[in-house]
Amino acid sequence: MATSTQTREGGSAPQSRSAFRRSRGDGPFRYASTGAGVLLLGIMAAIAVFLIVRAIPALQANTASFLSELTWNANASEPKFGIAALAFGTVVSSFLALIIATPIAIGVALFISHYAPRRLASALGYVIDLLAAVPSVVYGLWGIIFLVPFMRGPSQFLNDYLGWIPIFGGDQVVGRSMLVGSLVLAIMILPIIAAISREVFLQAPKLQEEAALALGATRWEMIRMSVLPFGRPGVISAAMLGLGRAMGETIAVALIFPATFTISFEILSANGNSIAANIANGFGEANDIGRGALIASGLVLFIITLLVNMAARWVISRRKEYARVAA
Amino acid sequence: MSAVTPEIQRVSGMRRFKDKGVQFLVYLAFAIAVVPLISVLWLVVSNGMARFDMEFLTHSMRNIGARDAGGGAYHAIIGTLEQVALASIISVPIGLLTAIYLVEYGANGRLKRYISFFVDIMTGVPSVVAGLFVLAFWILILGMPFSGWAGALALAILMLPTVVRAAEEMLLLVPNDLREASYALGVPKWRTIVKVVLPTAFTGIVTGVMLAVARVAGETAPLLLTVFFTDSINEDPFNGPQMGLPLYVFDQAARPNDTAIDRAWAGALTLIVIIMLLNLAARLITYWRSPARKR
Repeated sequence: MATSTQTREGGSAPQSRSAFRRSRGDGPFRYASTGAGVLLLGIMAAIAVFLIVRAIPALQANTASFLSELTWNANASEPKFGIAALAFGTVVSSFLALIIATPIAIGVALFISHYAPRRLASALGYVIDLLAAVPSVVYGLWGIIFLVPFMRGPSQFLNDYLGWIPIFGGDQVVGRSMLVGSLVLAIMILPIIAAISREVFLQAPKLQEEAALALGATRWEMIRMSVLPFGRPGVISAAMLGLGRAMGETIAVALIFPATFTISFEILSANGNSIAANIANGFGEANDIGRGALIASGLVLFIITLLVNMAARWVISRRKEYARVAA
Repeated sequence: MSAVTPEIQRVSGMRRFKDKGVQFLVYLAFAIAVVPLISVLWLVVSNGMARFDMEFLTHSMRNIGARDAGGGAYHAIIGTLEQVALASIISVPIGLLTAIYLVEYGANGRLKRYISFFVDIMTGVPSVVAGLFVLAFWILILGMPFSGWAGALALAILMLPTVVRAAEEMLLLVPNDLREASYALGVPKWRTIVKVVLPTAFTGIVTGVMLAVARVAGETAPLLLTVFFTDSINEDPFNGPQMGLPLYVFDQAARPNDTAIDRAWAGALTLIVIIMLLNLAARLITYWRSPARKR
């Protein structure tokens, strides 16, 4: 890396090292690698630009307000569609998944970093990583065939006994509910939250941990006093990355969510849809305006996940200690 | 132990209770996390075996009626292999060059920080958005047909950040002494990278690429928007709709009869076997390469 500063000043001042710099291959190779990096930035920009370009005609043809309309009739001769219900479903189901997954992921991370026997720790970490290797569509299949019938009982139980809490309320408990979709999302984002938290916990200053133990702290007190305060920002950003994943998750929820267009917090009733699920379900029969409308909704999803991810990366990059923590 | 020095070892009941309680919760969390994994793998294997036979692996769904048994995923397997291979051909050179830029040429400039930041952001781009982008750009604006190639473009976008990160990590592991030794012999920088740095990091990069391939091989959403569906064998990824294994599972899972569900499970099993083999191969390469085994 130190040599690249030399290369930059090269060309003008003919010094004794110039023979090394003047090699004919160096320029092209340097430009090719810089070009590849710039291309990557270009792809990100192009994603935004081309989604906007294709979304505009559909948004202009829309006869309802894109932001507040609840229905999605983009293929009609008078297209009427709005993002409100979909964005609501995306945000609520993702947060629900986050609430379910984060405590378990923190537990898993602590287990691997501070509780499991050293020799087993990396193997057990690999087991959790395998959860991330299972494709989304397999979770979807597992969800509709196994989890939906399986959750009928517990859902009914929640509705019967905790129905006075608004989110568990509703008259009709269904299998394909927001809750079951969020459960599957939670399973899918658990590995990433656990992996990053684990890395952060492993970076906690060893001296502080040993000092706490030497002063007579129990293992939990040591973790509470030295590991958790150190790891908090890392866990927060891990959770945000998980949130971004959950929002963009498509196929599993497309199979499970009932694809209704409602705004309701009753997670056991037939509510639940998301931007991504709507794209997957609606693409097959979409006409030109319909495709434009789906692209417009995808643009909204892109912007939301971009903001969530940027915030998460910003939190992680503020701490130098996390420099080696990557996802 | 506590019998010998009771006055030092004693921890008050409440504190010990909390400590043990948390320990229990941590163990429980791990157990809870493993349950879905076991459940998914068990159901995929046990249900998938019903149709995981030679007919499934060598036949397509052509002329298989909605309620018929039989049929297979040959067309989908072909499609997935071609799409993933094309995606690798696109994303590996770009990703590798980007990593070389970040490690060898970037020199902590502003461009390097931007690229590094956006590689991270790119890992968070939802797969469906990558599919929509290719749909908007390649298919709707340039007027190209739905094809395996379009799907490969979307998969390449998803692979790219993973490849960059993996390659970057491996290049950073190459000791600087090697580079300096090469410069001292008068070897130009680019030849040092090609002849010294890359060969040293080679196996690590291969591992990273395989993990990236395993990650995108299971992606469904981008294929749905770019490859479309077909029940027939289409070996040409540049012309006409293809199939992909994840797409096949999605398609069959959405059909309301048992023979289709059986095929979906068998497809899921095939997909998981492919992905696990890639993961396993990547692990084995890392294992063989680890310093302890070096002669």
